Amino acid sequence: MLYREAGQFKSTYAEDQQIFPIRQDRVAMVALLAVAFVLVPLMANQYWLSAILTPLLIFALAALGLNILTGYAGQLSLGTAAFMAVGAFMAYNFVLRMPWLGVIPSFVLAGLCAAAVGVVFGLPSLRIKGFYLAVATLACQFFVLWVIQRWGWITNNSASGVITAQKMEILGYAFDTPVTKYLLTLALVAAMALLAKNLMRSETGRAFMAVRDMDVAADVIGIRMMHTKLLAFAISSFYCGVAGAMYAFCYLGTVEPEAFNLDLSFRVLFMIIIGGVGSILGSFIGAAFITLLPILLSVLFAGISHLLGVEIPHAVISNLELIIFGSLIVFFLIVEPHGLARLWQIGKEKLRLWPFPH
Amino acid sequence: MKRSTISLACAALAAAGFPGSAAAQAKEQFVPANFYWVGPYAPGGSGIAGGMLDYFKMVNARDGGVNGVKFTWEKCETEYNNARGVECYERSKKKGPTGATLIHPLSTGITYSLIEKGTQDKIPIVSVGYGRTDAADGRVFPYVFPIITTYWSQNTAKIKYMGQLAGGMDKLKGKKIVNLYHGSAYGKETIPVLDAQAKIYGFQVTHIEVSHPGNEQQAQWLQIRQIKPDWVILRGWGVMNPTALKAAQRAGYPREKIIGVWWSGAEEDVIPAGDAAKGYIAAGFNVSGSNYPVVQDIQKHVYAKGQGEMEDKSRVGSIYYNRGVVFGILTVESVRKAQERYGKGQPMTGEQVRWGLENLNMDDAYLKKLGATGFMQKLKVSCADHEGGGQVKFQQWDGKQWKVITDWISSDQTIVRPMIEASAAQYAKEKGITPRDCSKEK
Repeated sequence: MLYREAGQFKSTYAEDQQIFPIRQDRVAMVALLAVAFVLVPLMANQYWLSAILTPLLIFALAALGLNILTGYAGQLSLGTAAFMAVGAFMAYNFVLRMPWLGVIPSFVLAGLCAAAVGVVFGLPSLRIKGFYLAVATLACQFFVLWVIQRWGWITNNSASGVITAQKMEILGYAFDTPVTKYLLTLALVAAMALLAKNLMRSETGRAFMAVRDMDVAADVIGIRMMHTKLLAFAISSFYCGVAGAMYAFCYLGTVEPEAFNLDLSFRVLFMIIIGGVGSILGSFIGAAFITLLPILLSVLFAGISHLLGVEIPHAVISNLELIIFGSLIVFFLIVEPHGLARLWQIGKEKLRLWPFPH
Repeated sequence: MKRSTISLACAALAAAGFPGSAAAQAKEQFVPANFYWVGPYAPGGSGIAGGMLDYFKMVNARDGGVNGVKFTWEKCETEYNNARGVECYERSKKKGPTGATLIHPLSTGITYSLIEKGTQDKIPIVSVGYGRTDAADGRVFPYVFPIITTYWSQNTAKIKYMGQLAGGMDKLKGKKIVNLYHGSAYGKETIPVLDAQAKIYGFQVTHIEVSHPGNEQQAQWLQIRQIKPDWVILRGWGVMNPTALKAAQRAGYPREKIIGVWWSGAEEDVIPAGDAAKGYIAAGFNVSGSNYPVVQDIQKHVYAKGQGEMEDKSRVGSIYYNRGVVFGILTVESVRKAQERYGKGQPMTGEQVRWGLENLNMDDAYLKKLGATGFMQKLKVSCADHEGGGQVKFQQWDGKQWKVITDWISSDQTIVRPMIEASAAQYAKEKGITPRDCSKEK
């Protein structure tokens, strides 16, 4: 009833091929962007902006990167955090050593460095697949961290290995308050998400999906394996690199190599598993889920203990969080392997028919 | 009828959801308890948290707070993770009638992440015996307090102690020292100061890293066995410490020659190693034991009423617990000092407590009033010197408890202070901060 496209006619190819062909979807998207760009900065308090929304967007971008590689191109990777680390540290170095570049070009260059590292560690994908490729990318994860910890140049010879991200200034305007950092992050993530969506709808995306579904058949019909697989690694690492740079500049302000450990790689992997592999929306949903759940649990249990007057030990809450994550992942892998995004899609399909059953 | 019931229900719900509004009028001093009770560092985190919160409970019960202002707190689990630490900080910094009093991050990594935020929000970051060492230069870091002693100070005191053992600082020439450090910001902090002292005194230092969390140290100890050093400095944290002692036993390295830092010198670090830990020496800026009046007051006013934080009561009086009590003492006394200037009996803001911290002067008489003589060292914080103490005691584990084997050994500030000022000046240049002029401050 509400979600019908009766009366919406497409008369050009452009109208037919747009990302949101149904008018209600377009309206909803515009409303969402308006809320995110205008309403949230006006109404949200600093805690929400700097501790919840900004990391959510950054992790959504990293999850997007991993989704391009694992969800669309089928190359399992456990090196996400290493690419983020490359992005973060190289962005710091570009701003430090070439301050005339500016912040956004530094982020882009840092992403390109991460893409280069991704291509190097993606070379094994030409020979091995699946689980074994995951192990090769695991090597990338450890090797990159090892290099960052040993190579003094990359941390500007800091005694503790911790780098402090510089202030961001674009065209003379400083981005140092939570609101401006949030808006910068949102703008970058929105732009890159649009880019990713269009990329996945294009010939490149179709080549990725062909490689994912059956790479031998893809090879047979003429899709170049090396080119496609390395491109997937490059694009994915670029996204993760920019996410890492934003993690350092827009979120924490200081980073040490240990912040980009294997734990973070697994977290991003869980985001795309729960959110939905092979789906752009899934990256955002998964990131929201994984970022918000610990905070939600902690607030919930604080409320419960307040209400009941019983103090629940914090150790219990933290361990419960791990239990809940684990069981959710098992649940999703069994019940809905395509994650929450698929549930959303099913919901929309049912909404098309509502209130009729069929 | 229906509408009024609904509005009544909404009002009731709203009232139930806002218990804090009444408290906002009360005279309370809110302190965030952002520590860690899970993970490989939980023994330290839970012990220190317990000590600090028990001290607050004791001050509330025995004295009614500071001039009638009671302490309140809220726990938040940081898991020794920077992102979590920042999130807990953001969540807790505006709570209470005057916002957060100060923050004890209990993690060097989280301290680094909070330095700029705390300075902007005007909330003091107190890193007792850890954190960013060059923040001891209070002219560049007005809101960061590496109080009591810093890593570099401790390191020079340790080298002094080694000199004592060798029979004089000149006898250190040609000796071999291994620095076994935890692979984190905390672990790497003392590398430059050791290298500087190696040049001055002529000893050879080898830095060997153990990746976090430190469960695997076979390779490192084989390397140590090959080097055959005169001393090994154990700069570990959490599970790395007992693993190191057990690995040392397997490698046949005498534990009497292993000197640990104060984050490697607690009961939780040696008891899991069992026999392997006997003879191990560690530094400390506070001692263990429950015979001190301040700990006995906690037993009397808090544990006797069954309100103590520690589920395992034998941990009261352990090193980490007492360290937590020291954290509590610093918090309470800085609030007291701030109240002297800004209004007795009023809740203090972070900015006012910063002044209180900067003007802390705890001499022998003061410590005696607190019941902490011998428990912690004298302290005199100033605008330029946010460290205030700089002294260290060494203790040895005899299998059952820590026995103090030296008196307070002071650090060598002739080496440390120039390095601190140089590093702070570089930070000020990078960030465009103009250092304060201490002579102009009151």
